[in-house]
Amino acid sequence: MKGNLLALTRYTILRAVMLGFAVIVALYIVVLVVNMGGHLDTVRRSEIRQGVALAVTAVPENQLLPPSELNQMIERQTELAYRLYGLDRPFLVRSFEYLTTALSLSLGRSENLTSDSGSKQVRNILLERLPSTLVLFGTSSLILFFTSLFAALALSRRYGSWIDRAVVALAPTSSAPGWFYGIFLILIFAAVLRVLPWGGMVEAPPPKTTLGYAASLLRHMILPVAAMAAGGLLASIYARRTFFLIFSSEDYVDLAKAKGLSSRAIERRYILRPTLPTIITQFMFLIIGMWQGAVILESVFNWPGIGSLTILAVNLSDTPVILGVNVIYAYLLALSLFLLEFIYAIIDPRVRVGAGTQRRL
Amino acid sequence: MLRRLKELRRYPTAIFGIGVISILVLVSLYALIALPYSEAIRLWRGGPGVWDDNPRNAMPAWFDLFTSANLPRTVIVSTADAGVKVVEPLPDGRNRIQITLPFDYPYDGFPTEVTLFSEAVYEGTTRPRLSVQWKNPSGETLSLATNRAMRASDIYYISQDGQLMAKFGTLPEVALFSDAAMGVPASQRTSAKGEYAVVVQADVPEGGDFNAKLVVYGRVHGLAGTDHRRRDITVALLWGTPLALVFGLLAAVGSTMTTFILAGIGTWFGGKTDFIFQRITQVNMVIPTLPILIMVGQFYSRSLWLMLGIIIAMSIFSGAMVTYRAMFLQAKEAAYIEAARAYGASNFRTVFRYLLPRIVPVLLPNFVTVVPAFVFLEASLAVLGLGDPILPTWGKVIHDAQTQSALYKGLYYWVLQPAILLMITGFAFAMVGFALDRVFNPRLRTV
Repeated sequence: MKGNLLALTRYTILRAVMLGFAVIVALYIVVLVVNMGGHLDTVRRSEIRQGVALAVTAVPENQLLPPSELNQMIERQTELAYRLYGLDRPFLVRSFEYLTTALSLSLGRSENLTSDSGSKQVRNILLERLPSTLVLFGTSSLILFFTSLFAALALSRRYGSWIDRAVVALAPTSSAPGWFYGIFLILIFAAVLRVLPWGGMVEAPPPKTTLGYAASLLRHMILPVAAMAAGGLLASIYARRTFFLIFSSEDYVDLAKAKGLSSRAIERRYILRPTLPTIITQFMFLIIGMWQGAVILESVFNWPGIGSLTILAVNLSDTPVILGVNVIYAYLLALSLFLLEFIYAIIDPRVRVGAGTQRRL
Repeated sequence: MLRRLKELRRYPTAIFGIGVISILVLVSLYALIALPYSEAIRLWRGGPGVWDDNPRNAMPAWFDLFTSANLPRTVIVSTADAGVKVVEPLPDGRNRIQITLPFDYPYDGFPTEVTLFSEAVYEGTTRPRLSVQWKNPSGETLSLATNRAMRASDIYYISQDGQLMAKFGTLPEVALFSDAAMGVPASQRTSAKGEYAVVVQADVPEGGDFNAKLVVYGRVHGLAGTDHRRRDITVALLWGTPLALVFGLLAAVGSTMTTFILAGIGTWFGGKTDFIFQRITQVNMVIPTLPILIMVGQFYSRSLWLMLGIIIAMSIFSGAMVTYRAMFLQAKEAAYIEAARAYGASNFRTVFRYLLPRIVPVLLPNFVTVVPAFVFLEASLAVLGLGDPILPTWGKVIHDAQTQSALYKGLYYWVLQPAILLMITGFAFAMVGFALDRVFNPRLRTV
């Protein structure tokens, strides 16, 4: 047991180091893409030079100066402005600075965007948006996970019934993403029936009381959550039901039935347990996919979360904010992957920790 | 393999899916033949002269079937067809040209716009004067404009004429097409059906010519309606089909096949190759795909084909790599692979002849099932405003509709048509994929 724990720790640390390495490389690639491989600097340099030249020539006293002196003055002030934005150092050096600020989560200051409270700290901008994303995606992930789990169990019990066949036939509808159903839901419930809001997180102006705020939030959450469910629920019910059915035809399940165990006990001990790793894997990938789908779903529903911030930041080419968003995504993805491996190491006996060939995922 | 494929016949959903995909392929072929690539791009770019005769935001013509009303279609009458031109010389050497443009208006409801286009060819600097008269079915004659100084190619927006609006007290197109007395609100008016005519008169210097065209813009147009720039949405729906299919299929083939082969090679050689592949996969799985695509679209280029390339590149070393690797690790231990090594088969031969084919039954359903994901990914990018700048795709139609708040304005057809096409395409591939999965994975077949 003790040796096992040691092996587990070693395995975990090894995995964490590898993932850490992956995060560093991934973020460096993102830094390069965000700065267009350094090209964005050229654009920003000329923007700054133009701005400085305009500002200098706009001062009436400067207009009396001879052109050579004026140029010198512009040159001097441009240099200062470059230093202010850190543009005096080569891109390669700065790219590593970007990387370290990103990795340390200090994230730096934004260039154009400000948070609603007026802060220019990227961290504050992100922290202001994060709760709304978490509320929406946390809720829908949990609903999706438990609904599909119990629905799948129920269906595997009623294998072959009309409801089972209907789910199997309708499972391909999950090939469309959540935002796509979002458009239909908005059309039906907001445009035609006019019973639910078009988008946004709360009414404007926000209700004063906590209860009113919660009620308004819930009303605004119905459609996005329903959209996500439409985009993922049936496929995950189908996948799980199939797994449960495969595992319920194992000999040991027949033996348990012969022993006269209750169906609940059979489900818990002999069906859920062996299928748990697969279910968790699927769920993790579902969440990872959702994090990325968030960008579009949030823009369709006008949800003030990280996803709509991404689009806003990209449109304004606000490098630090884009980088900040990507850092959050990268860390979340890495964390999900790490948890996945860790859970595997604990629950799946087939992953022989620390010895021989490792079966991963 | 073929025998297995024949089993697909047992699944009605698969047959339905294959049917839909074949129809989509036929539509694509028709689009490519009927509307060449450059023509489609020219039409979709629009610009002056391309879509002038189309109404704005008109519903599809088949919308009529769901209402008892006969919704107005666009009426175009010009000197080139039904117009009657009378030329009468004036004592001062000019010619008085009078054009009568008669047309029949049998529709319920009012048109959206009425516009008179006229072309005058003449020498000299003084602009000819134009006067326009309106004749309605009851025989009344209304003067719309007198002595209007006209340009060489003149457009008289009758429905935007402020003087007429003030005179009628309502929108000119409503007043002109109803026989109610002045002062009756627009909501209580109904259209008067029958023969209308517009009489245009201009004095043109000798040797000059003058032609006119009246366009009464309707409320329904074509198979799919029109958008805010008067473009016929049929063009985008038609051309969106081959683009969606090509994009989805190429991305699926590019990513699945490469992942599959690389996973096979990686597991077979093991050691460093495998280690490098695993590290690349891990790095790639940590990079968020969509934000990267958004950045590429915003900073570099929005070309559909560049996006396709990046999507393929980013999905080669993805979660599928991990899954295939696990499968190949198992397959590698099979006895017949050992036999192949024993008889001295080269690495290349073992991988491509023995190892890879073993996993094809898993690959095929996967391949078909990921097609919709890529089709929708293209639409997602377009909806975010990162669609290809020149190509008409379904996603771009949805994006246009979203930015024009089509749902809010009640222009449902604009969103619904491309959305339903996307849905049909996605579902068809998914249905075939699900059925293939059951055919090729016997463990699923019993359940």
